[in-house]
Amino acid sequence: MKRAARYVIFYAALLALWTLLAELKIWPPYLFPTPWSVGEALYAGFQDHTYWIAIRVSMTRVLIGYGISVVLGMILGLGVASNKFLEETMGGLLVSLQSLPSICWWPLALLWFGLNQNAILFVVIMGSLLSVTLAMEDGRKQMPKIFGQAGRNLGAKGFKLFWYVLLPASLPFIVSGLKQGWAFAWRSLITAEMLYLSLGLGQVLMMGRDLNDMSAVIAVMLLIIAIGYVVDGVVFKGMERHLQNKWGLAPAN
Amino acid sequence: MSTHAQAVPHRYPNASKSHVPARAVKLGPVSVAPPDRARSTQVSKVGLRDICLSYRTQTGERLLALDHINLEVRAGEFLCIVGPSGCGKSTLLHLIAGLQAQTSGEVLIDGRPVEGPGTDRILIFQEHGLFPWLTVAENVEFGMKMKGVPKTERQEKMRHYLRLVHLAKFERSYIHQLSGGMRQRVAIARALATEPDVLLMDEPFAALDAQTRDLLHDELERIWSETGRTIIFVTHNVREAVRLGDRVVLLTFRPGRVKTEFPVSLPRPRALEDPEVALAARAVLDELRDEINRSLEAEYSAGVKPHIEPGDHA
Repeated sequence: MKRAARYVIFYAALLALWTLLAELKIWPPYLFPTPWSVGEALYAGFQDHTYWIAIRVSMTRVLIGYGISVVLGMILGLGVASNKFLEETMGGLLVSLQSLPSICWWPLALLWFGLNQNAILFVVIMGSLLSVTLAMEDGRKQMPKIFGQAGRNLGAKGFKLFWYVLLPASLPFIVSGLKQGWAFAWRSLITAEMLYLSLGLGQVLMMGRDLNDMSAVIAVMLLIIAIGYVVDGVVFKGMERHLQNKWGLAPAN
Repeated sequence: MSTHAQAVPHRYPNASKSHVPARAVKLGPVSVAPPDRARSTQVSKVGLRDICLSYRTQTGERLLALDHINLEVRAGEFLCIVGPSGCGKSTLLHLIAGLQAQTSGEVLIDGRPVEGPGTDRILIFQEHGLFPWLTVAENVEFGMKMKGVPKTERQEKMRHYLRLVHLAKFERSYIHQLSGGMRQRVAIARALATEPDVLLMDEPFAALDAQTRDLLHDELERIWSETGRTIIFVTHNVREAVRLGDRVVLLTFRPGRVKTEFPVSLPRPRALEDPEVALAARAVLDELRDEINRSLEAEYSAGVKPHIEPGDHA
């Protein structure tokens, strides 16, 4: 209860400050809109289905891109973790590649795939693949060896060993990496969509700029934040809680 | 099969000398002699033939961990292996389980050489061998699931083995909700559920408190006599070895060699505090003490902890 009250007070104060600044008209309304006009923009956007379509398109893309990243990243991470040569050579390369902002892949993607959805997916994959790979590599190393031995001893091998033993055994160690990968995927997607007419949320955001509609710009920004927050809070928090219950780990916070 | 120079004279302790001569004859001082040998190959469940294991340390020198280990384990026998830390007794179990490969020599199961892990030999670890992401029931069913046993049959067997270890009520629990003793009982049920011929136990009760350990000794003895499995049990606790085993094998400190075999023919069920068990343990302990001293000397003269070979957390 107390916590909820604190939230309400904090956000009410924030809204009040925003309203106050907007009503003081220090900046013209087309640069600094009121919360109400942003709310209206949100309502209108959902009303004419623009936002629904944008959300659907963006979510589909991020799910495909992120899904590919997770599968590829797990294979790569496992490979790097279980092979000394790969670990020594690829390990360093992966870390250094991670310092490259994912949108730097955009020009390359354009030349390879052309101006289409595949280029966007490529940027999303490059954005999240590395963190999933590194997380998986790390998780595989942190995972107690005994699980693999016990699994092999009980007759698991090859894919079964990976699917029923190595993957679940390393999940608690990779879940934060998966979460980070998701955040990178989401950011990369919006960035790429802003650079190319594509129906997604990024494009709707740019449309707001083109129309000089600050309320719409802020409305879409809020949407992007909200979706990121919901996925993080529902999917990943749920996954973490589930793992904690099973493994009997103390809550992280 | 060849006999080797390192064959040590097999002795047996005074305590058991007077008990059952029949067994003492079989496993007595001449048990490496050809006629006896031939007989034992016919019935041996697990055979270790000239097992050697060496590996390279971080400084690049080769270290001999196991040196020409020869052992025959009869079907249905309860064999205990004792030795000081670093004698390679846990490693030996990993070799039998097929989780690690020896440098030379052969591990035979029913006369056939071991090539990798198999569900005819299940290893029970000291701790943490259970899967924390699965329930007790799913842990016990795991081996059968890997084999492709149908679900109804799996559940039937799972219930049977959980009843055997008195954990029927904990099917749905997760591992972290159980006490240390209950976990090891789940591990035993999981191992038995794959219906292995040989149970390999790597100091399974070392991390438990004394009372729980006593209880589990009784349970293990009961389960062993009910199921008729062959058990190879590694421990550094001599009393435990004498209390449980038909035979106790003492390994030397690095390199691990079979130093002495002690047949234990005390009547069952036994208890840890039986005077006969104490007496027999005394004889083993006298021999073990030399090895422990050697291991301590090595530790002190090196000024660092002795290098423990991989897989050996003894």
